[in-house]
Amino acid sequence: MIRMIYLDYSATTPVRDEVLDTFVKVTKQYIGNPNSLHKLGMDARMLMNEATRQIAQLLQVREDEIIYTSSSSESNNLAILGTVLKYPNRGKHIVTTRLEHSSILETVRFLEKYGYVIDYVNVLEDGRIDIDDFCRLLSKETILVTIGSVNSEVGVIQDIKRIAEIVKDYPTTFLHVDGTQAVGKIPVNLDGIDLFTFGAHKLHGLPGIAALVKKHNVEIEPLIHGGKSQSRYRSGTPTLALIASFAKALRLELADLSKKQIEVLKLNRFLTQSLQQIDGVVINSNNHCLPSIINVSVPSIKPETMLHALEAHDVYISTKTACSGEGDLSDPLVAMGKSQEIANSSLRISLSSETTLEEVKQFLKIFEQCVRELKIK
Amino acid sequence: MKRVILIAYGELTTKKGNRNFFVKTLYENLKAKLQGTPCEITKDLSRMYLTFEEKDQDLILDVINHTFGILTYYFAYQMENDVEEIKKRIVDIMNLEQFQTFKIETKRSNKDFPIPSLEFSRMLGGVVLKNIEGISVDVHHPDVTCFVEIRRDFTYIYTKPMKGIGGYPVGTQPRGMLMLSGGIDSPVAGYLAMKRGILLDAVYFEAIPHTSLEAREKVITLCQKLAKYTSKIRLHIVPFTELQEAIYKNCESSYCITIMRRMMYRIMERLAKKNHAFAIINGESIGQVASQTLTSMKVINEVTCYPVIRPVCCLDKLEIIDLARKIDTYETSILPYEDCCTIFVPKHPVINPNLEAAKKMEESFDYQSMIETLLKNIKTISVTDVKKETFQDLL
Repeated sequence: MIRMIYLDYSATTPVRDEVLDTFVKVTKQYIGNPNSLHKLGMDARMLMNEATRQIAQLLQVREDEIIYTSSSSESNNLAILGTVLKYPNRGKHIVTTRLEHSSILETVRFLEKYGYVIDYVNVLEDGRIDIDDFCRLLSKETILVTIGSVNSEVGVIQDIKRIAEIVKDYPTTFLHVDGTQAVGKIPVNLDGIDLFTFGAHKLHGLPGIAALVKKHNVEIEPLIHGGKSQSRYRSGTPTLALIASFAKALRLELADLSKKQIEVLKLNRFLTQSLQQIDGVVINSNNHCLPSIINVSVPSIKPETMLHALEAHDVYISTKTACSGEGDLSDPLVAMGKSQEIANSSLRISLSSETTLEEVKQFLKIFEQCVRELKIK
Repeated sequence: MKRVILIAYGELTTKKGNRNFFVKTLYENLKAKLQGTPCEITKDLSRMYLTFEEKDQDLILDVINHTFGILTYYFAYQMENDVEEIKKRIVDIMNLEQFQTFKIETKRSNKDFPIPSLEFSRMLGGVVLKNIEGISVDVHHPDVTCFVEIRRDFTYIYTKPMKGIGGYPVGTQPRGMLMLSGGIDSPVAGYLAMKRGILLDAVYFEAIPHTSLEAREKVITLCQKLAKYTSKIRLHIVPFTELQEAIYKNCESSYCITIMRRMMYRIMERLAKKNHAFAIINGESIGQVASQTLTSMKVINEVTCYPVIRPVCCLDKLEIIDLARKIDTYETSILPYEDCCTIFVPKHPVINPNLEAAKKMEESFDYQSMIETLLKNIKTISVTDVKKETFQDLL
């Protein structure tokens, strides 16, 4: 019998023992500040450089292109605000989608106050962006395109390669991609991307550490000033233990990625097929979505009610995303043209390669039971 | 079937009386580099045998491919000196190969083995022909040559030779002092010097605050990359700021580089003496910059009687770059940090300096005492390439 069933891996993942080990060991053994000039500082810096090299290698970018931040939200802010601050005299037009994380949507909305015009690309019914509309929106005035690789609520995967090819024709337009939900789930290719966000706690790493990959030919303005630290684009004493644990988490997460993808896909198929058979359940995810994210709506039941009913059985999933803003409607589902009924009753089930078939079966049993009971009430 | 790596020495075998010394040095070098890896190395006059655990294969190959003194090596299967056993194994081994024609070559250094080489080759050839379909013997141009070495304790069977990096084992020559600036040429010079067996110390002239700590780190990284070819490199960091500033204050600007190089050579000689080194090594390439014309070299070289080895002096820049890429130093070398040779570069450095003029300018300030002071403040660090392993459990 399984005690607790955690199916909210897209919100955060439990930290791996090996990753925590690194954090503890580095905290205890490397007491120097990587910026100090003495031996302790040098040792710390060497470890930091090696960790950075490892991360850069895994993503096939340069070491000097990695900027550590405290969270993906910070990385997103740095990417967007850093770009517009650096080039105040370029166009004041930003293109994004309604599928983005709140740390992107809120940041571009904030920029509206400063005269920036924000355009949201139309989204097709399957959740992918309308490429024709995207091409229409781009102009010489566009300073930044920010589009997430994978949407966090529904799991739609965007064709970033195609988007990068289109943006390439606009030499003064930067492309920022939020890869938080993509890294460790699908192979990522950073070619043609100027700025790329990802974080550790979606990779069975620790929260508090994330990165922005900034290609070496791209300039941004720092948001946190204070001199050179790990990178001159983000001041603050480098959190060495978190950085080392981040490198380890990423390495472990990317090991055997294709094998893990297949495992999750199998679970996804089983789960989706079984959910379809439950009366009153509508599946919102489709085959353009990440297999680890399954978004469903149960129109007759309030999502919070459902969440707490499951919680009573020690089963954990999400309504929308853990960090989306106010309001009951799911923005991505609305953007995908779903009815209000569907959009305000969505639930997100998210898997990891560590999820077992037994857990999924157990979850289905409890889920079905909850749907049945709550509908009667 | 147990696999071992069989190492054939390169030029070492031409060393007659000194052969033992060369082999022993190679043996010690391999042992030092493989410390901590469970493997066993045995040696005799013509071969070295390395037994290892399969899981360590990549690591061991990496070490072998960065060790000078190895001309060729083979993955060899080891077995008892037993005719029936050998017959059985050779079929298994040849089954792993893709070929149409083959030949067998037996070397029998163990004369107690009952069957002479030629006869045994023919016998084994017959066994292979009988057991593998669609193949034939070709003694002139075979697709695969299968070597059978019958030695005192074991018999070894192997096919494909793998190429090592050649050269002499590091340490078969005494120490040399490498001037390591951080550019493209000097790491290549260090690599080539080590290839001829020279034990390497590196010297880095640092002019903080004109050069940054990043520049120092870059040099350390270069040392790490060079240390892959030996086990560790001592890096001497020379605080050059005061002397360099004095040069620019007191000398004619066109002569600054000439005089700076003369100062460096003086310091190098002192360091060489102190560290029992016998040569100064640098990355000068004839004609590349003003200080590397023959006339400049003569004026600069005048301050020392130590041999100055310039391994890349006759290579084109592109040839040097090729080597730098091969030894994986290029990407580090092109990182854009100032080093002490690139700061204060005069607009028109003298191409054909005059020795007397240089000497006269040097008389205008007390460089000797500055050299004495900076010699006292040299920092020496030991750079190994093991850092990856040290961090392995952490990352």
